[in-house]
Amino acid sequence: MAKPKVAFFDFACCEGCQLQVANMGELLFDVLGAIDVVEFREVMSEKGPDKIDVAIVEGSITTPHAVEKIKKIRERASVLIAYGSCATIGGVNGMKNNFKLDDIRKEVYGKDAKYFETIETMSVPQVVKVDYLVNGCPVYLPEFVKVLKAALAGLPYQVPDYSVCVECKLNENVCMYQKGVTCLGPVTKAGCNSWCINNGNICYGCRGMVSNPNEKGAKDVLEKYNIPMDLIVNKMNMYNKCREIDQREQKKR
Amino acid sequence: MSKRNVSVNVEYLTRVEGHGNIVVDVKNGELKTCELQIVEAPRFFEGMIRGRSIFEAQHITCRICGICSCGHTLASIQAAEDAIGFKPSKQTTELRKFLLHMENLDSHILHIYLLVAPDLLGVKSFVPLINSHNDVVRRALRMKKACNDVCDIQVGRHVHPISSIVGGFTKLPREKDLDAMLKILYDMRADMTATVELAATLKFPAFERDTEYVGLVSDDAEYPMLIGDVGSTDGVRMNKKDYKKITNEFIVPHSSAKHAKLSRNSYAVGALARFNLNADKLHPKAKEIAAAIGLKPKCINPYLNTAAQLVECVHSLEEAIRILEDFKKNGVNLDEEILVGLNEKGNIPVKPGNGVGAVEVPRGILFHNYEVDEKGIIKKANCIIPTNQNVNNIEQDMKKLVPEILDKSDEKITLMLEMLVRAYDPCISCSAHFLDVKFVNR
Ligand code: SF4
Ligand code: SF4
Ligand code: SF4
Repeated sequence: MAKPKVAFFDFACCEGCQLQVANMGELLFDVLGAIDVVEFREVMSEKGPDKIDVAIVEGSITTPHAVEKIKKIRERASVLIAYGSCATIGGVNGMKNNFKLDDIRKEVYGKDAKYFETIETMSVPQVVKVDYLVNGCPVYLPEFVKVLKAALAGLPYQVPDYSVCVECKLNENVCMYQKGVTCLGPVTKAGCNSWCINNGNICYGCRGMVSNPNEKGAKDVLEKYNIPMDLIVNKMNMYNKCREIDQREQKKR
Repeated sequence: MSKRNVSVNVEYLTRVEGHGNIVVDVKNGELKTCELQIVEAPRFFEGMIRGRSIFEAQHITCRICGICSCGHTLASIQAAEDAIGFKPSKQTTELRKFLLHMENLDSHILHIYLLVAPDLLGVKSFVPLINSHNDVVRRALRMKKACNDVCDIQVGRHVHPISSIVGGFTKLPREKDLDAMLKILYDMRADMTATVELAATLKFPAFERDTEYVGLVSDDAEYPMLIGDVGSTDGVRMNKKDYKKITNEFIVPHSSAKHAKLSRNSYAVGALARFNLNADKLHPKAKEIAAAIGLKPKCINPYLNTAAQLVECVHSLEEAIRILEDFKKNGVNLDEEILVGLNEKGNIPVKPGNGVGAVEVPRGILFHNYEVDEKGIIKKANCIIPTNQNVNNIEQDMKKLVPEILDKSDEKITLMLEMLVRAYDPCISCSAHFLDVKFVNR
C-alpha cells in the first residue's frame, strides 16, 4: 500500500507547534517511515500534489486570503488535523479581537494602517470542517503522536473534556490556590499532564475550556477556595477569545 | 550579457521561518527592481498586549516566535524588570544566560542542518538527505532533541518556556537536574565535532559587501548575549534605552517592510555581526574552530553568517557546560524559587516606568520596550525583531549581487538569491513591523 500523503500548512502562528514535531528527534524517523511528507514549506522546497490524504494545519485565520487558502486545503485533503491552540481555538491571536480592528492596526502601523487587511481572528474549525483537534500552545507531543496515529488508522480521537486539575492532582502538585494565586486549571481541558503547574507556574488555559466546568473536575477546587466561576472564566480571554464568535453564531440561530 | 533580462519571482520562499517573496527585475542588463517582500499576516502583538499585566507580557510575547521563544521571553522579562525597577539576582542572570545559550545552539543547528545544508549539498530539502546522508540527518535531529531535552529540564519546555518569568524562576534545577543536563551536553560534544567536520567541507559562495554590523557590546571579557550596550563595527555605542536611535526605522515607498539603518544605508545583525564585534571574547574552543575554517573579523561575506553560527554553536555549548559546572560546584540556592502568578499577592513591588530589553537571540539583537502604569499594566509596547533590522541589508546585498552574477543561468541566480536570504536565517513570521506587499502600486 502506498504511504499516506501528508502535508503541513501554517497560518498566523509562531510555528512553535511544528517545532514541537521537529523536536521528536530521531523518533521522527518512525513517523516519517509511515508517511510520505509531500509539502512542508518551512523545511522543503517541494510543492505537493492536488490530492493529499492528511493535511496538518497550524495557525489562526486572520486575513481574507487565509480564508480562501484554508478552504482550498480542505478541498485537497481527505483528513484535516488542526494542531496547536492558534488553529484549534484561535489561541493568543484571538486577543486581537479584544480591540477594534482599526485601533489595533493604528497602534502597530500608525498612518500606514489602512494598507493592512485584517479580519477578526478565527480558529480553523470556525472556517472549515476539521476532523481532528490537537490542543495546546504548544501541542503536547505525546498527544500529537497519538492523534496522528489515530488519523492514519482512520480511528476517532476524543479530546479530553475534564479539567487540568484532574491531571494536576495525579501529579501531586500543591494547588496554586492554596499558595494564593489564581490558576485556570479548573476550567481548562486536560491532556497536557498539567505541564505548567508541574513547572511551578499557573495554568493559562491554553488548551481551551472544558464544556461544562462545574462538572468536569473543577467544582471541588473552586468550592474549596471559594472562587467564583465568572472570575476565572473572564481570565480565559488570553487563549479563548474566539469562543465569542461561536457564542454569537449560536445566538443568531 | 550586459543587455540581459532577468526576472526572478520566488513566491513563498521556502526554508525560511515565515513567508517571503523575492522579486528581481533586470531589463537590458539594468537592475530595475530588487526586493524581499514579506507576505506574512501581521499578528499585532504590540497592540494585543496593551492593557495586560506586565507579569503576562513574557507569556504572550514569547508566542511571537516558536524558534526564538526563549529569546523573546528574556527580552520581555528584561524590559519588564527594567520598567518596574526590579533587579534580578546573580543566580537568575546566570540561568538566563544558560537558557539563551541553549536556544542559540538549538536554533543554529536547525538552521545549519535543515535549512542551509540542503542548498550546499545540492538538494531541494532535507528530505532527500534522509536517504543520501542518513547519519547527518539523524545527528541533526539528535542534537536538536538534546537542546530541547535540556530546556525541558530547565524551564519545562523549549517552545514557550514555563518557569522563566519576571522576578526569576518558578522552578530551579536540583542536583539531579544539573547532572542530567550536563550528561546531555557532554554527550553532545561528539556530535558537535562531527558537525564542525561536516561544515568544513561545505562551500559557501564567494561574495562580499562591506556593511555595518550591530550587536551587544560590553567592557568585560564575556561574549555578550544577555547584557550590554548596543554597539556597531562603525564605532557606535549607545545605551539600550536609546534603541530607537539605533534602528531608525523608516518606510521606503517601493518596499514591503519597514527598514532600519544606522551609520550607513543599512546594517546587519546576527551571528556574523556578533562575531565581527566580539570574536576575541569567544570561548577558546570556538576561536579554534573559527581559525580552522578561516573565519576572521571583520568578515563581510553574508553567506558566512552560517559559518559564524557554527562557531557560536561551539561557544554556546562550552559556555552552557561551564555555567552548569559552576552550579555543580557552588550549588543552586533553591530559596530563590519564586511564586508569582499574576503577582496578585504583590510579591514583586511594582512602579510605573518605561523599560527596554535588548537581548541577542539567534538571528540578532532583539528589542522589547514597555511602558507600564503604577499597577504594572502595559500602556504601550514595542518589539523590534532582528529580521526587521536585516531586511534592508539583505536588499542591499541583492542589489550588489545580482549584477555580479548576471552571466549565470536564471536558476542559478534564483538559487544564489534564495541562499542569500536563507543565510540571514530570517524569521519573517514573527515580524510585527512588516508592511504589506499590496501597496507597492498604491
Ligand atoms: S499554538 Fe502556540 S505554540 Fe502553537 S503555533 Fe500557536 S502560538 Fe505557537
Ligand atoms: S487549580 Fe491549578 S494548581 Fe490547583 S489543582 Fe487545578 S490545575 Fe492544579
Ligand atoms: S497547564 Fe494550562 S496553560 Fe499549561 S499547557 Fe496545560 S492547559 Fe496549557
